Amino acid sequence: MASLTASAPVEPSGPRPKRIGPGRYGVYAFLIISALFFLIPLYVMIVTSLKPMDEIRLGNLFALPGSPSFDAWIKAWSQACTGLNCNGIHVGMLNSVKILVPSVLLSIAVGSVTGYALSFWRPKGANVLFGVLLLGAFIPYQVFLYPLVRILSMVSLYNSIPGVVFVHTIFGLPLMTLLFRNFYAGIPIDLFKAARVDGGGFWAIFLRLMLPLSTPIIVVAAILQITGIWNDFLFGLIFAGRENFPMTVQLNNVVNSSFGEKEYNVNMAATILTALVPLFVYFVSGRWFVRGIASGAVKG
Amino acid sequence: MANVSIRDLEIEFGNLKVLKNLDLEIQPGEFIVLLGPSGCGKSTLLNAVAGLLDVSAGQIWIGGKNVTWEEPKDRGIGMVFQSYALYPRMTVTGNLSFGLKMAKVAKEEIDKRVARAAKILQIEPLLKRRPSELSGGQRQRVAIGRALVRDVDVFLFDEPLSNLDAKLRTELRVELKRLHNELGSTMIYVTHDQIEALTLADRVAVMNGGVIQQLASPKEIYRRPVNRFVAGFVGSPSMNFVDGTLSVEGGNASFKLANGGLVDLAGYDFEAPPEHGRPATLGIRPEQIDLARGDASAKSLPVNLTLLEPMGADSLVWGDVAGTQFSVRIDGDAHVETPSKVDAFFQPAHASIFDLASGARL
Repeated sequence: MASLTASAPVEPSGPRPKRIGPGRYGVYAFLIISALFFLIPLYVMIVTSLKPMDEIRLGNLFALPGSPSFDAWIKAWSQACTGLNCNGIHVGMLNSVKILVPSVLLSIAVGSVTGYALSFWRPKGANVLFGVLLLGAFIPYQVFLYPLVRILSMVSLYNSIPGVVFVHTIFGLPLMTLLFRNFYAGIPIDLFKAARVDGGGFWAIFLRLMLPLSTPIIVVAAILQITGIWNDFLFGLIFAGRENFPMTVQLNNVVNSSFGEKEYNVNMAATILTALVPLFVYFVSGRWFVRGIASGAVKG
Repeated sequence: MANVSIRDLEIEFGNLKVLKNLDLEIQPGEFIVLLGPSGCGKSTLLNAVAGLLDVSAGQIWIGGKNVTWEEPKDRGIGMVFQSYALYPRMTVTGNLSFGLKMAKVAKEEIDKRVARAAKILQIEPLLKRRPSELSGGQRQRVAIGRALVRDVDVFLFDEPLSNLDAKLRTELRVELKRLHNELGSTMIYVTHDQIEALTLADRVAVMNGGVIQQLASPKEIYRRPVNRFVAGFVGSPSMNFVDGTLSVEGGNASFKLANGGLVDLAGYDFEAPPEHGRPATLGIRPEQIDLARGDASAKSLPVNLTLLEPMGADSLVWGDVAGTQFSVRIDGDAHVETPSKVDAFFQPAHASIFDLASGARL
C-alpha cells in the first residue's frame, strides 16, 4: 500500500470510489440537531406524564422519572374534569371517532366523484366551477362561521354530529376535488373513451374502472382528511354541541379548567392521548403522506 | 357489415375549424385508411364517427341509420386505440367481457364470444393475465379482441400500430389484413404511416388541413396524386420536385428547367391541354428513375450526383437537378461514381406535373 502517494495514479476501473466530503458531515449534523430540537418537547411530555406532581414541582424538566407510574394517564383517560363532568378524555375520543369516520368517508366519496366528473365528463363551465371551488378554499373559515351556524340551525342540524360532519364534508370538498381531479387528469383519456365505446355510463365507468385505479390517491386523501379532521378544533367547538365535543375541544377544557394546582402530568398525558391518532397515521403512512403533499402542490 | 356515410361534417374547437364540409361514403366491408400528417383532423374524424366528439354541423350515418346524436355504444362500432387503453385492473378476460357485461349479455354467451375472439387472435394462453404482464403486441391483440367480441359492424382503428416496434408492426399489419379478410367488416383506420395505408387499404383518404385531398385506391394515390401535397406525403423517400415552366412548341410539350435545360414530356397524360409558359413543378419518384436508358421512350434530365446511401436491397443516390435536391433509387449492387454528372432517365407517363401556384395536377 505504498502507492498512496501521488507518484502512482490509480488506473480508473470499475465503480467510481465513493467519497464523503465535509459537506456531507455538515448536512448530517444539521439533520441530527433538527431532529433533536423537534423531539425534545415530546421527550419532556412523556417524561412529565410519568412523574407524580411532587417530582414535577422540583422543576427538573429533563430529569427521568424516579418511579415511573401511569397514574396520570389513567386519570387523563377516565377521571379528568372538563367543566363539571369528570369522565376523562375518553368521551371526547369517542366523539372524535364518531365525527371522523363519516366525515372522511363522505368527503372522499363526494370529492372523488366531483374530480372524476370534472376531468372526464367536462360539463359546460367545468373549469369555472373548479376555479370557484378552489377560490372557496382560500376564503378564511371565519367568514363562513356565523352564516353556517344560522343555516344549520334552520335545518336543525346545529349542535349535532351530522351537522359537524356536514361542515367537514363541505370544507374538505375543494382539496379532495383538486386531489382527485389531478389524479384522474394523469389517467389516459383513451381509457375513458374505450369504456364509453364499451357502453359504460357515468357510474359504471367510475365504479368499475376508475375507482379500482384510485387506491393510491384514496390513501392519500384519507391521510389528509383523518389528520385534518382529527386535529380540528374550531368546527368541533362551534357545530358539534356540548354533548359531542371532539377530543381536541375536551383537551382544551381539561387543560384550562383545573381547580387550584395545574396537574401538568395529567395534561401532558391527555395531550399525548389526543395526538395519538395523527401520530399513528404519520408513522404508518410516511411515504404516502409525502406523496399526498406533493400531489396537492404540483399540477394546478 | 355496414356502410358508413359522413355528410357535410364540420367540427370546430372554439374558433378552430378542424374539419370542413367533409363528405365520405364508405361501402360495406370496405377497408378505408385515413392518412395524413399529425393535426390534419384524421383522429378527430374517427372520434366523431365513434361518437366521442360532438359535431358542429353535418350528419353521420352507420348502417343506414342516422347516428349523429347516438351514444358510442349504440352505434355498432368497436374502437382500438394507439395506447391500447386496456383496463389495467382487469384480466384479459375481464377486458374482453367488460363491454358485454355493460350490455347485459348472458354469461354463457359472453364466455362463447370471448373464447372465439381469443381463438381468432391467438391470445388463449393470456386470458388470465393482467395488461401489465403482456407485451406491446399482445396488448394490441387484446385491444382488437375487445372490439371483436362485441360483434360490431364497423371497426375503428386509431393508429393502432404506432406504439409497436418495427418488426411487430409488420407482423400485426399482416394479421390485421387477414382479420379483415376473415370478418369482412367495415374498417376505418387512421394512420400517419403511408406503408400501413398502402398495404391495408381498399381506398385511402389522404387528409390535410381538415379536408380530404384525395380518396382513391392505394395504387391511384401512388401513381396519380391529385396534388403536390398528396404526391409529397405518399412515398418514401419523397417524390422529387423540380420547379420550371411548361413549354409547348408545335404540339410537343416539354419542361423548361430553371437553368434553361429542356426535358421532353412526350407521353405524359395531361389532364387538360398544356399552356405554354405556365409555371409548373415536375414530380418524379426516386424509384421511377433509371441511370441507364432502358427503353427508347424514356426521357432524360441531367443530374449531379453527390452522395451514395446504401440501404441493403437498394441504394439511394442524392444529388441535384438545376440546383434542386434530387434522389434516385438504384439497385443495391449497382455501382455509381460520386460526385459525377449523369443523365437520369424516366418515363413521362409515370411522372406528375403540378401547377406551381395551386399545386393541382396538370
